[in-house]
Amino acid sequence: MFLITCPFCGEREESEFSYGHEAHIARPENPEKLSDAEWADYLFMRKNTKGVHLERWVHTAGCRRWFNAARNTHTNEILAIYKMGEQPPKEIKAMIEKGKTS
Amino acid sequence: MSQSHRLMNGGRIDRSKQIDFYFNGRLMSGYEGDTLASALLANGVNLIGRSFKYHRPRGIVTAGTEEPNALVQLERGSRTISNMLATRIPLYEGLDASSVNCWPSPSYDVMAVNGLFHRLLPAGFYYKTFMWPVSGWKVYEHFIRRAAGLGKSPEEPDADTYDKMNAHADVVIIGAGPSGLSAARAAAATGARVILVDEQTELGGQLLNETFEIDEKPAADWVADVEGELMANPDVTILKHTTAFGYYDHNFIGLLQNRSDNVAYGEDGRTRQRVWRVRAKRVILATGAIERPLIYSDNDRPGCMLASALRAYVNRYGVTPGKRHVIFTNNDDAYRSALDLKSAGAVVACVVDVRKDPSGELVSRAIEAGIEVIDNSAITGVLGSKKIRGIEIMKLTDDGENVTGKPRTISCDTIGSSGGWNPVVHLHSHSAGKNTWRDEDGVFVPGDTLQAEAACGAANGSFSLAQALNEGDFAGIDACSKLGMTAKKRPAVGKATADVDETPWRTLWYIPTTKPAGQRGKHFLDQQNDVTVADVQLAAREGYRSVEHAKRYTTLGMATDQGKTGNIPGHAILSAALGQTIPQTGTTTFRPPYSPVTMGALAGRAVGEFFDPIRRTPMHDWHEQAGCLWEDVSQWRRPWYYPLEGESMQDAVSRECLAVRNSVGMLDATTLGKIDIQGPDAAEFLNRMYTNAWLKLAPGKCRYGLMLGEDGMVMDDGVTSCLGENHYLMTTTSGGAPRVLAWLEEWLQTEWPDLKVYLTSVTEQFATLQLAGPNARDLLSEFTSDIDLDPEAFPFMSWKDGTVGGIPARVYRISFTGELSYEINVPASCGLSLWTDIMNAGEKYGITPFGTETMHVLRAEKGFIIVGQETDGTVTPIDLGMDWIVSKKKPDFIGKRSLSREDTIRDDRKHLVGLKTADPAEVLPEGGQIVAATRPEPPMDMIGHVTSSYWSAALDQSIAMALVKNGRNRKGDTVYVPMKDKTIACEIVDPIFYDPEGSRMNG
Amino acid sequence: MVDAYRLRSPLAHLGLEARAHEDSELSGTGVVMREIPYRGLINIRGDVKDKNFVDAVQKAVKLSPPVDPNTVSGKPTTTRIMWLGPDEWLVITKPEGAERAMNALWKNLKVDGLHASVTDSTHARTCIEISGPRAREVLQKGCALDLHPSKFAPGQCAQTIVSKVGVMLIHTATARNGDPTYELYALRSFSTYLWTWLEDASQEFGLKVG
Ligand SMILES: [Zn+2]
Repeated sequence: MFLITCPFCGEREESEFSYGHEAHIARPENPEKLSDAEWADYLFMRKNTKGVHLERWVHTAGCRRWFNAARNTHTNEILAIYKMGEQPPKEIKAMIEKGKTS
Repeated sequence: MSQSHRLMNGGRIDRSKQIDFYFNGRLMSGYEGDTLASALLANGVNLIGRSFKYHRPRGIVTAGTEEPNALVQLERGSRTISNMLATRIPLYEGLDASSVNCWPSPSYDVMAVNGLFHRLLPAGFYYKTFMWPVSGWKVYEHFIRRAAGLGKSPEEPDADTYDKMNAHADVVIIGAGPSGLSAARAAAATGARVILVDEQTELGGQLLNETFEIDEKPAADWVADVEGELMANPDVTILKHTTAFGYYDHNFIGLLQNRSDNVAYGEDGRTRQRVWRVRAKRVILATGAIERPLIYSDNDRPGCMLASALRAYVNRYGVTPGKRHVIFTNNDDAYRSALDLKSAGAVVACVVDVRKDPSGELVSRAIEAGIEVIDNSAITGVLGSKKIRGIEIMKLTDDGENVTGKPRTISCDTIGSSGGWNPVVHLHSHSAGKNTWRDEDGVFVPGDTLQAEAACGAANGSFSLAQALNEGDFAGIDACSKLGMTAKKRPAVGKATADVDETPWRTLWYIPTTKPAGQRGKHFLDQQNDVTVADVQLAAREGYRSVEHAKRYTTLGMATDQGKTGNIPGHAILSAALGQTIPQTGTTTFRPPYSPVTMGALAGRAVGEFFDPIRRTPMHDWHEQAGCLWEDVSQWRRPWYYPLEGESMQDAVSRECLAVRNSVGMLDATTLGKIDIQGPDAAEFLNRMYTNAWLKLAPGKCRYGLMLGEDGMVMDDGVTSCLGENHYLMTTTSGGAPRVLAWLEEWLQTEWPDLKVYLTSVTEQFATLQLAGPNARDLLSEFTSDIDLDPEAFPFMSWKDGTVGGIPARVYRISFTGELSYEINVPASCGLSLWTDIMNAGEKYGITPFGTETMHVLRAEKGFIIVGQETDGTVTPIDLGMDWIVSKKKPDFIGKRSLSREDTIRDDRKHLVGLKTADPAEVLPEGGQIVAATRPEPPMDMIGHVTSSYWSAALDQSIAMALVKNGRNRKGDTVYVPMKDKTIACEIVDPIFYDPEGSRMNG
Repeated sequence: MVDAYRLRSPLAHLGLEARAHEDSELSGTGVVMREIPYRGLINIRGDVKDKNFVDAVQKAVKLSPPVDPNTVSGKPTTTRIMWLGPDEWLVITKPEGAERAMNALWKNLKVDGLHASVTDSTHARTCIEISGPRAREVLQKGCALDLHPSKFAPGQCAQTIVSKVGVMLIHTATARNGDPTYELYALRSFSTYLWTWLEDASQEFGLKVG
């Protein structure tokens, strides 16, 4: 049972939240211009990361706000929480880069 | 029966309070403060049951949670629990326990024949069995099923109740032995919120079993002082008789509390057990250590115990486990058992020490006390099977791998062995903590962890009393200082009086005999699963190199005790067989629960009426009094139909249907989801979410909308009304309401934060009364003077505000039944009152309340879909024949692009069609599979399935809807629904059966 | 205003008034519970950084929406505003003030150039008040939030879960002897389940219906 810090309400138990999916997948501007394969990539393909994963959560039983989390899927450490529309903190980006090369 | 093994004095039992209990039907007595195990030993009983695989007689091994053998079935009937540890059951009046896994009794067991055929049951027996020919399995299954399994599951509902409690603490300390108490005291002094947990009924941990002194006083006095101090602190919670069974992510701990001191029965509205869900800022593991046995031949005979258990029974319970005791050891600590037995007046035949010339202080004391110490020797055989008659010992070779010289026989009935101690690292391991091998004494100690956690005392591999007291104190201070809390005045640390230095252990994982393992008696590692040294060696020979694989193959450590005593020796022996070190082999991961947890406790109060909330509409009581049957629609409880006396379901539904078609009926439609949408971009937002056009819906008007997932599949539908400028009310399906609101919010917040739209659920603000039928208008007109019901003024698909029955109301003229229909929305608190009034006034029209079943029939007659019935997440609007609602002009909406994917434009997709059975009286089964051509037997090519099927009273025929491959182009074709006993032929038709022009609903 | 005889509270079917009458002599109980129905509950949304929004709310109900998360402004005896989220609040009024507050909020917030929403949910929820020396323990049986007064003091609120039911929870006050009073605003359809669960959880401490 995780302890998740809602950026608005503070620390709450995982049962108050719902998991979304991988974060930072923007809806294509012009879906009609995409090939079937490109559209399918947006629609279906998600990372299955071992390590730092950027993902979306929503505080279902609380403020109903969506937010982003950087979570280590191996250890379940929640390394950062940041609001929608924001980019992950620099140190998180560095960790992801490091994970790719190692 | 007399308590033949009870000492006259000593122990923490109360000899003035006799407790009577039953074991295997025999009446015995013990004293308050006993466990079932200590009481049985006091009565001279040490044959408790039979083993799992070989059905060998087994007795009590330990005095604690690590017990592998002494499992009992506690109580009978609705309160029976299997696999309870006799060592953990506090004795209570009338306790009724019996042996498990033996029939007819532990001393004469029919299945012990397994022991004679043990060559049939080597390691991997069960796995190999599955590879035998299938025909063979039939034969062996019976045999295995009877042989396997520990205890019996209850056959009646549990008579007890359980509950849960959430708790939060700065510091949670698990274990209230010397280190845990020190830690609690230090932490509490800082003002921290502390929870101290111990699985025993009293605080003190190992101190309860010892004769130690702290601060020049008996340790029990020190424990009492600390307990008093902690009790006085309102920020300290002490939980006794409570086991920390799991340690999870983010410092979340599961505790199982036995709330009744005498185990079983909750009284005064209290639950029997409680699961505590604890979130800790810091955790201190003061879980102590478990003594590990020496692995000698036939080490499972009743009377083969742990050395520490012998002194626990003497010191704590005033019981001598046997009449003549032998201590078998590789360390100094076990000499304490010899000394404590001796000073209690019990006979100690000798101490057999695997070390050459042991020389510690405790050894000297034993020799001074007149105890024979036999060094450099091993037990090579145990005489007797149900009861020990003696042992055979031989000298060890220098490398300890063989024995040599002449055997000597020593008569005894009880053996206490000690192979050193293992820190209890289970909880540390649960939360992904690593364990580090300490080679000098051969133990795993807690290593790195992700959790805010520390171990202290024996749990940390620091086995002396002085170390425990000091490390506990440090752990308490350190945990708090990491939280920024310090004590103004530090409490004094307890000082161990006359702490003795101990000399090193001699690690000898396997005690040799004159023959290889398995050929002269059995060396048991895991007594509960009957895993021997020979089994582990066989696994290694058969190529199991990973400890995780070997564990599963041999089942080592997989019983309810999780190998608390035998795991480490088992890994050591596997390592030796593989020719590698223990760290190279690694250890298995301990997983929750630390000790068994009853299913009832995990469920807590979430059983019966509390299993899941039942959502009630404001008119619930009326429906109940009218005798409706209920349908569960997500968590809502909706009237299904209202049978009159003697009516079948079909009778009732037909009557309700005809009432709506011919006069007027009323449905409680409160459960429909309602979402209030406000903001300048509301119309644009609807336009993006729905498939049709929304920019031009005028105030006062309603429109039906279909919502797709981004994959193009139908997700929800409903009517949305324009309430005013930039103000809309969306309705959703009853079950889909929360999901739809979440879906809308997700798009708004994550993709289009620039859109100025606010969404608020108003489902529960309104009671919704749906009045349907040709007489609906006339009836409604009696209740309102300020709403013009004239069809010109109030046409289909519009709404009006006003009062109904003097109550402010919003009336929508929409229809799901195909009849003239009004949905009256009033404040929820007024729903029952208005419903009752309308029912009374409608009597002259024969007004009939109708339920969801009638609603389903009526809408099916009209060919209206139900999302989740006609659709299943793989159906597009085009598949449904609803392309009329999919805008061709809008550049984009959610799901649009997916409607032109290669897969969604296939022309052989399944289409929604109607089905007309050849025999109009035949009603198709919903879910029935459809074939184009029948064959004598399956398989047949299935081309679709029946989604909805009813008897239509209005049409006097059956009707059905179905999804059929290319169905739109098969109109007029005959298809078949093969059943078990017949095949139903039907014709593919248009799905609109009733009033296709819609004149009734528009009129 | 609807005639009183038309109204029926979500928990009326439990016969709580009669029980309160029976229990009135009870003393030494650990938990006291009652239903407080029909309070005005008006959901408002808006941008708290927009001065016009704050002013409009202030003008309508003489109270500002609290900016601090998990807090309530105003006094329990009059009108309060509960923080529900970064752009969402619940205005709570006495039953008789509900209609006036709704109208005033609508009038002041639904004006050109101001993006705000006003939604009446007076009848969507009922209030269960629970108090007494063991009230906190009862709630903690089903609520994972830390309700220790150092973490959840009077004047604080939360949207959370109590035994499978979403609630808006307010710690309204602490008595001089330390006994807390809480209000739980639950959706009316769930309120019977919630009340029954709370009653069951209170049994071991002694329950009085107030
Ligand atoms: Zn939140």
